[in-house]
Amino acid sequence: MIEKMDQIFVSLLHWLISFLPAFLQPFVGVVICVAVIVCLYPALFALAVLLERKGLGRMQNRYGPNRVGPFGILQPIADGVKSLTKEDIVPLSADAVVHFLAPVVLVVAVFMGFAVLPMGRNMVLVDMDAGLLFYFAMSATTELSVFMAGWSSRNKYSLLGAMRAVAQMISYEVPLLMSSVAVVMITGSLSLTKIVAAQDSYTGIFPHWYIFTPWGFAGFVMYAIATTAETNRSPFDLPEGESELVAGYHTEYSGFKFALFFLGEYVAMFSISGLGTTLFLGGWSAPFSFLTWVPSWIWFFSKIMLSICVFIWVRGTLPRLRQDQLMNFAWKFVLPMTLLNLFVAALWHFLGEGWQRWVFCSAILVVAYVAMGLVEMRSDHFGPRKYRYAE
Amino acid sequence: MSVVFYILAAMTIAGGLAAMLLKNTVHCALAVTVAFSGLAFLFLELDAQFAGFAQILVYVGAVAILVVFAILLTRGSETPKDSVYSKNWLAGLVIAAGVFAVLGWAVLQSAAVLPHETATPTVTVLDIGNALMTRYVLPLEIVALLLTVAMIGAVIVALHEKTEAQ
Amino acid sequence: MLGEGILKGLAETAKNFFGSYFSKERLTTVEYPEQRIAPIEATRDFPFLVYDEENRDGGGPEWEAGLRCVACQICEKECPPKCIYIEKSKDKKLDYLGKAQYYPARFDIDISVCMSCQICVEVCPFESIKMDTKFEMSTTDRFGGLILDREHLAKSNTYYHKIHPTEAAAVDAHLAAEKVKADAKAKAAADAAEAKAAAASAVKPAVKPAEGAA
Repeated sequence: MIEKMDQIFVSLLHWLISFLPAFLQPFVGVVICVAVIVCLYPALFALAVLLERKGLGRMQNRYGPNRVGPFGILQPIADGVKSLTKEDIVPLSADAVVHFLAPVVLVVAVFMGFAVLPMGRNMVLVDMDAGLLFYFAMSATTELSVFMAGWSSRNKYSLLGAMRAVAQMISYEVPLLMSSVAVVMITGSLSLTKIVAAQDSYTGIFPHWYIFTPWGFAGFVMYAIATTAETNRSPFDLPEGESELVAGYHTEYSGFKFALFFLGEYVAMFSISGLGTTLFLGGWSAPFSFLTWVPSWIWFFSKIMLSICVFIWVRGTLPRLRQDQLMNFAWKFVLPMTLLNLFVAALWHFLGEGWQRWVFCSAILVVAYVAMGLVEMRSDHFGPRKYRYAE
Repeated sequence: MSVVFYILAAMTIAGGLAAMLLKNTVHCALAVTVAFSGLAFLFLELDAQFAGFAQILVYVGAVAILVVFAILLTRGSETPKDSVYSKNWLAGLVIAAGVFAVLGWAVLQSAAVLPHETATPTVTVLDIGNALMTRYVLPLEIVALLLTVAMIGAVIVALHEKTEAQ
Repeated sequence: MLGEGILKGLAETAKNFFGSYFSKERLTTVEYPEQRIAPIEATRDFPFLVYDEENRDGGGPEWEAGLRCVACQICEKECPPKCIYIEKSKDKKLDYLGKAQYYPARFDIDISVCMSCQICVEVCPFESIKMDTKFEMSTTDRFGGLILDREHLAKSNTYYHKIHPTEAAAVDAHLAAEKVKADAKAKAAADAAEAKAAAASAVKPAVKPAEGAA
């Protein structure tokens, strides 16, 4: 029975395609899976938008939207109708083809990333050998679309926002990849299904998730910082900072194209938190060994929604980082820590089982964190500001 | 030579041609990105997963952005005053044909020498990693050194500008 | 520099989030228009004209008869955006002190212009224009709907007591004191006149026999 609930979607898929002749079966199976992904994640996006507005509201001592349905549940529908019926304004001097293609490229690249995420036991769309690499390749393509959007609007502010966004995304790609490489190193494979399978065992009741190891915890923290910056999310949302650049690179977009950008941003958040859960939080495995009767896909989606809640929580708490502070943080703090994390992960592997490796690795990481924090991130620049070009 | 190959080859060639023929430089950069992705799909069609994804990650994700930044930060984004086609197009065509002939001859010669394998060996990322660490470790280290030198050089050039500006 | 500030901040927002379901002070929203906060006493929105309920001189409706305004036009002159328009009457009416005063034949305030500065209230010598507390006066008639005329502006003294109790009590006391003073003055004048008349009549018979004798 537990098995059946766990594999319910897989069996459903097999039952559906059993009506077709054999040569059509794989093709139609894939099409059905793709259709499910393309319908499910925008639905989750609607939920996330509502959750964000109500959650942020409560954190800011106010109600969120509560007029549209009971407790504002129908607000996403109202938002959808609004974005579909708004006039699609394209500036006269804008580059029409590139302006049109930018949101399309973004949404396509973002949805491609879901092809390798294991959403449950045996529930991967494509089980690739180099799955992680494919994922990062797709997320690199989103930067191109951000640039296309900013440039094609022929608007100084959009271009500025796009340049900032691309610079930020490129700078944080490196810590993102490096913190994932530690996981790959310990698992020995780039395939996401193997990474989840390696975390699916338990000692006593505690799981073997990578976040419960010193290098995994440090890696997860840096992965979280890098993903917040990759998806242009507060506190790294200077490119779309509403008080600075109107709306940054999507200033000139209205109506449905803007909704596509918004959708792309949130679905990218889902996708990258999905990757984070796969790499560090054990993917679809249960947190305690007595909870394995709950279906695996429930765990995966709960972990994703938990990550989204943490994103919203951090957005409601922290002020925005300035561009140079952001860059400093990436290159001077996060990157050295990820490199050290790689070293510590290797040390963990080679020290073998026992309490020594816990103590050693934790000690190295804590000392490095404190030292780097006290040395690199001190702000002794109080005093009159020095301007680089204005003198 | 399957249909997929022809489609991908057409996409790559179209991207390359567009990169050459379009007037707006940023459009050319985007067209060359299409050519890069065409190449990546060709790698994937040949079952070289690592090469294909690395091509997307590096070329489309980084090099294309770099090219675009370079165009924007210099004056390349303005429409050119004189025509895109140069006056010496005949000489250019002859040289390009010559280069293509040499490369084609080299490839065909080496194809004759390669043993005919019935089954393509599957090269996993593990094999690539092993080879990089054992047989090709020296080129790896040299490339790493080269990248470090390039980065230091970039920092020094920027630093020099800053002190000059001050 | 080690991130403890971030953790403290996260704890604070979490407290806000969970606390907003339990304690009132973490969720201070008042959901207008279903819930309203009672306005404080010194609330001022748009002016209104006070009328006394004791029917004084003349017939007509109660508000017209008891209107305190004597059309002195000081408020019209002092109003900064010039939103008051007054037309004086041709005849006079008795006010609460018994003096004959003009009254406004027309008193219009354009509340789309009025900026609630209360200068008209401060300069009025007759305590006849005061600030109301009603603000939900939007209308669909964009050409005349926001111009309030005399009839809509006139509100009773009882209403004034309801919206500004202490102020109205002070005004009433002031007017009563004025009335007492005026009455006293009138009485003194009447007494003096009477004394003068008595003295005149007392003097006259003394003069008369002298005239009769001569």
